[in-house]
Amino acid sequence: MNSSIVLSITTFVYAFSAFWFIAAWVFGKTVFGRLATWTVILGVCGNTLGIVLRWLESYRLGFGHAPLSNLYESLVFFAWTIAVLYLIIEKKYQNQTIGVVAAPLAFLAMAYASLSPHISDKIQPLLPALKSNWLIAHVMTCFVGYAAFAIAFGLSGMYLLKQRQTDDGGSLLSHLPDTGVLDELTHQMVMFGFLFLTVGIITGAVWANSAWGRYWGWDPKETWSLITWFVYATLLHARLMRGWHGKRIAFLSIVGFLAVLFTYFGVNYLPGLHSYGAMGQ
Amino acid sequence: MAKENGASNLFDDIWDFFSSVKLTVVVLLSLAATSIIGTLVPQNEDPAMYYQAFGEVWYRVFHVLDIFDMYHSWWFQFLLLLLTANVTVCSIDRLSATWKIVFAKTPAFQADRFQRLPRKEEFFSDRSREKLESILRPVVAGSFSYSTVDKTDKNTFIFGEKGRWTRLGVYAVHLSVILLLLGGLIGSIFGFDGFVTIPEGESVGSVQVRNGNTAIPLGFEIRCDDFSVSFYDSGMPKEYRSSLTLLEGGRTVIKKDIIVNDPLRYKGINLFQSSYGVLSPQEITVNFESLESGMNYKKTIKLGEQTDIPEGLGKFVIRDYASRYSFRGQDVGEVFFGVLVQENQAPTEILIPLRFPGFDKMRKGRVAVSVQKYIPRYYTGLQVTKDPGVWVVYSGFILLIVGCFITFFMSHQSVCVQIAGSGNKSKITVSGYSNKNKLGMQQKVAHLSKKLQGVVKDAPALSQSEDPS
Ligand code: HEM
Repeated sequence: MNSSIVLSITTFVYAFSAFWFIAAWVFGKTVFGRLATWTVILGVCGNTLGIVLRWLESYRLGFGHAPLSNLYESLVFFAWTIAVLYLIIEKKYQNQTIGVVAAPLAFLAMAYASLSPHISDKIQPLLPALKSNWLIAHVMTCFVGYAAFAIAFGLSGMYLLKQRQTDDGGSLLSHLPDTGVLDELTHQMVMFGFLFLTVGIITGAVWANSAWGRYWGWDPKETWSLITWFVYATLLHARLMRGWHGKRIAFLSIVGFLAVLFTYFGVNYLPGLHSYGAMGQ
Repeated sequence: MAKENGASNLFDDIWDFFSSVKLTVVVLLSLAATSIIGTLVPQNEDPAMYYQAFGEVWYRVFHVLDIFDMYHSWWFQFLLLLLTANVTVCSIDRLSATWKIVFAKTPAFQADRFQRLPRKEEFFSDRSREKLESILRPVVAGSFSYSTVDKTDKNTFIFGEKGRWTRLGVYAVHLSVILLLLGGLIGSIFGFDGFVTIPEGESVGSVQVRNGNTAIPLGFEIRCDDFSVSFYDSGMPKEYRSSLTLLEGGRTVIKKDIIVNDPLRYKGINLFQSSYGVLSPQEITVNFESLESGMNYKKTIKLGEQTDIPEGLGKFVIRDYASRYSFRGQDVGEVFFGVLVQENQAPTEILIPLRFPGFDKMRKGRVAVSVQKYIPRYYTGLQVTKDPGVWVVYSGFILLIVGCFITFFMSHQSVCVQIAGSGNKSKITVSGYSNKNKLGMQQKVAHLSKKLQGVVKDAPALSQSEDPS
């Protein structure tokens, strides 16, 4: 049994859970809902096992390091965080509808990690610049933040759909939580994500300061995470203004998540080089 | 807002402008939007490159707007200044009101504020008001830092309150923003970011500033005693290590090995491992193979040092070294250039690629020369920085995290337990509010109500002390 196999199976488990969530939503049957939740739990177990195995494998290869060092590993961790966050929310708010968004997101992250030809799942040793505990803290906190923003994004999408619902509107929309709850949950998720993104940016800065002697260098990746931070800070303050609840907040949360995606994937396509580990040659 | 006329009017307008959250939203969005530019246009490149990439007209426009170093441009700095002014004025504006709430000696409770709440929890008990008060008061006092009792004709109110201080969390957040910007400013005025290369065995006393031509004296000397690099089996670099000695007035003050992520700090100046390179080697072990006798002779020589080859095969000197060389269009890697002088012959140039020991045999001379090993001489590249603002920034970091945590996940909560009734029939109403997370507060109130109900039930049965009437 190796981590790749376990993680591939996990991908399918998440796909199943997404299926059950959608079925539960469409048919309104609690059986499907319960199946969905158990499948997510199974997925989280597989995901955890995969991460732990990968960690052990890296030690067996002789250069052990936490499995958070490249795009593949971070996507796997991202999926794990989304699923775990979902389970916490379900427990706390006794509401399953968010699973309709969370489970497909977890599945997509895993599928993208395993299937994209640009992403290598090889376990590789670390470049000197990446050997830092700050870096582990940095990657973990950033991805917890991103996962919370992903769920907020899903909630905002639901909000916008629900908000357009007319009285005779589709029964699918009537299964969604009402807009007040969606708005409140979005806010909770954004606050949670903002705290973690803040810690993520800060640990990144501390790492940069210990590796390069400056805590901030306006590198594109850094800058994009700051842009993301600005967008969510805007959201938090916009809520304080009259008339800015609901729709506009949902819109800002979607813009924020697009910024997250760009920070994560888009930056690699920008001109110039990102100094991530590209030092000392 | 209605205002009285007068000179203070303009001041008030300016004050209001800078304390408004609308300005915050505008400034934050502007910062987000303009920051994108600097990620699309590479920053601080050679002007010639920009000229080529954008053409004359755009080059001029971008140049005027400082797009090529936009994060230090006047207009970006202006936005940051605006943010600072905004957050400062706004905080001052609100602080006095918050202060009064947080540091009130006796917090005021208004029963009707609780009665107006849309959601309340209720339960009944067949005990008297007085008895219930004596049972419930300790419970409320146990979970709230402040509690008090208020009585009217028909009602007894037990008020509880906690987390007043959490209202200061958001001020911590905003103060941290100011600290971050201030720390950045201190760093850019009093700090520097420099670079220096030091060959093994040599020392330097000043560094070159990045993006500038000035050399800054350090006040001490950095000597590089040794540099080494190690690799993984795959050829990926594993560790860069420089052994440094700092000297002041010729006296050693510190010796330390630095690696990436583990810098040397001295007198506010930080030395970071940043790059390295190979200089010409020092000691070279050369092998001479005589083709007549088949004998091999080894000699260790220095660059430029002439040596006699046994069997009267001539004199040899290593003239130069290159870390890379292309022979007939093919990369042969590291090479040495030697000169062989034999009697009655013109000196011969000899190429000695390190990777191909048999190379010189192809010359078909009387002797074949190869280099067996050499001790490479490296130079280390150090990033040398000084940033006296970094501790201000780090305090800002801590304040920002702590402040966000308090602001997001803690709140100022007040509850009211109302005991209404006369004789042995009492109605207990539990309600509460907090300054944020209303949903969570409702759950807390429900939880408290359950707890109180349990306590009432478990209390000793109506006993002697209870007055039966
Ligand atoms: C980068 C800059 C800023 C950051 C990171 C920041 C952060 C925050 C955070 C995290 C909150 C809490 C939001 C919530 O409870 O949901 C907050 C609240 C607030 N911020 Fe800011 N802020 C910034 C700039 C400003 C500025 C310039 C103003 C000026 C008007 C401002 C005014 C406020 C106000 C009035 C509140 C509400 C306080 C309350 O709930 O009593 N903020 N800010």
